[in-house]
Amino acid sequence: MTTATISPAPRQAAPRRSSLRWLIADVAVLARRVLARMAREPETLMDVTIQPLLFVLLFAYVFGGAIPLPGGGNYHEYLIGGMLAMGLAMTAPGTAVALVTDMSTGLIDRFRSLPMSRSAVLAGRTLADLVTQAIGAVVVAGVGLAIGWRIHTSVAEASAAFGLALLFGYAFTWTGACLGMVLRSPEAAQQMGFVLFLPLTFVSNAFVPTQGMPGWLQAIANWNPMSALAAAARDLFGNPQSRGLGAGVADAASRAGRHRLVGGPAGGLRPASGAPLPAQGHGLTVV
Amino acid sequence: MGETPAIETERLTKRFGSTQALSGLDLTVPQGGILGLLGPNGAGKTTAVRVLATLLRPDSGHARVLGADVVRQAVEVRSRIGLTGQYAALDEYLTGRANLVMIGQLSRLSRSQARHRADELLARFDLTQAAGRAVKTYSGGMRRRLDLAASLIGRPEVLFLDEPTTGLDPNSRAVMWEIIRELAADGTTLLLTTQYLDEADQLAGQIAVIDAGRVVAEGTPDQLKAKVGEDRIAVQLVPGSDLAAAAAVVRALTTGTVDADLGQLLVTAQMPARVGVTTDVVRALDSAGIRVTDVTLRRSSLDDVFMILTGHRTAPEQAAADGDAGQQADTEQGGAAA
Repeated sequence: MTTATISPAPRQAAPRRSSLRWLIADVAVLARRVLARMAREPETLMDVTIQPLLFVLLFAYVFGGAIPLPGGGNYHEYLIGGMLAMGLAMTAPGTAVALVTDMSTGLIDRFRSLPMSRSAVLAGRTLADLVTQAIGAVVVAGVGLAIGWRIHTSVAEASAAFGLALLFGYAFTWTGACLGMVLRSPEAAQQMGFVLFLPLTFVSNAFVPTQGMPGWLQAIANWNPMSALAAAARDLFGNPQSRGLGAGVADAASRAGRHRLVGGPAGGLRPASGAPLPAQGHGLTVV
Repeated sequence: MGETPAIETERLTKRFGSTQALSGLDLTVPQGGILGLLGPNGAGKTTAVRVLATLLRPDSGHARVLGADVVRQAVEVRSRIGLTGQYAALDEYLTGRANLVMIGQLSRLSRSQARHRADELLARFDLTQAAGRAVKTYSGGMRRRLDLAASLIGRPEVLFLDEPTTGLDPNSRAVMWEIIRELAADGTTLLLTTQYLDEADQLAGQIAVIDAGRVVAEGTPDQLKAKVGEDRIAVQLVPGSDLAAAAAVVRALTTGTVDADLGQLLVTAQMPARVGVTTDVVRALDSAGIRVTDVTLRRSSLDDVFMILTGHRTAPEQAAADGDAGQQADTEQGGAAA
């Protein structure tokens, strides 16, 4: 064996760490990779910066005037809870696109041929996407404050709203990751994301009270996890709800959210009708 | 160097749907040196590499790298190998240096070790100047060099190179060849897949020709060439020359058969493979007063070996042949194993 620069020997001893510490180290390396790209090309953040900004302005000033709240109240205040939910959910297609791209360029194969923790590939990506979601949440809150949205509750409750939204967003990131592993091209991921996540955000109480929807659609909207998150966020911010049919969901969801966040029992998730909500597949219970 | 072979496969099989990518691949590669895995598109080269690099599970059979089983001891294998695939597996948006540091850290180097090693490899592969630029601005040759650097960062003992020069310009190709030779000289075992016969001829000490998922011939380039026989000489005569006289002159210098083509005024013959044979032929023709326009000596190449062993040519020539023949059926190309 020689000691030339590109020779296989001598091997440098790997630092001794437990497998959990290696996992954490690998996750950090891969999350930093995604964040480094964001820093180099901030325009890649448009889906959490410009896009929510446009939607807020669109709904606040174009559609908002035509959307009466059944229980009264300021639509601008109503809007932000929904916008927060939408803004975070809409990052999921980005997660899918990024993963498909890494697979199609062979980068995932390279990672798989390294002696690294395999779960770090997904964990690193989703962790970095959580950071973009936090940026998105700040943007939504900032725009909200500019158009007259206010927090009427305590710091603790407002923090709980943001925390809940980010947990929800993190769960959504994993649906994006699943999509990314199933699909074959970045284009397909982009389109699939649009087809899946756009109806998911619009068939909910995120932008309009569900009372105006036909009965069957109302049922879907009321059970949509997006509605639960939007309602919970409004409740925790002290913003107007669409009191009436959707209110039960809102109360239950925010109660469940609070219980979760303070470590209490996960109680009474039920839709307006009073029937118990199934635990599986619900955004709040997934996280 | 120990007794353990660097790479060992036994009756390895792998099927993708209706495509039998590997059908009983047996391969033994001693430590050190370069093995060229030569075969047409779809022969199973890439599948073999992916199994050996722990990316694919074989359907049956065994594969070991430095004695470690690629299925049961995959982590051990991964810590001792490097892989350079057919396209540069890099993050386009990161700088060249950031890519190497990232791969280094994931290869179990500390951050400072990874940085040190990255700088070392960047300098070695003439990429220091471009180290701070995003990879998407790199040329094809630079990407391949960076990709190779990335697979070397963990100081692998066995390196898999899957068609490392496909799509490169001749200059970049020559640079890659030089790097590959140096790696081998440093003691790394290399398994190189290629569909370029000259590449295998130039680089590999041992060649395994594979076709339809199994090895059809093995040996040194010379051993394989010896299977085909001697060199061939072709003499093109000036119009009006005496074909029979020319054939007689050539016949006197060879033990093999001589073909005289009256229509083309061309004499071809098998000649013993020795130095100076062309000069002898030219001199003899000149003293017999026969004027020639062209004398060419064609050494038997791995192309001939390949043609004889697999019944079809290598891909680039195949494509050219298809172009000439128009509608020639192309049965062996493509497939999931490509």
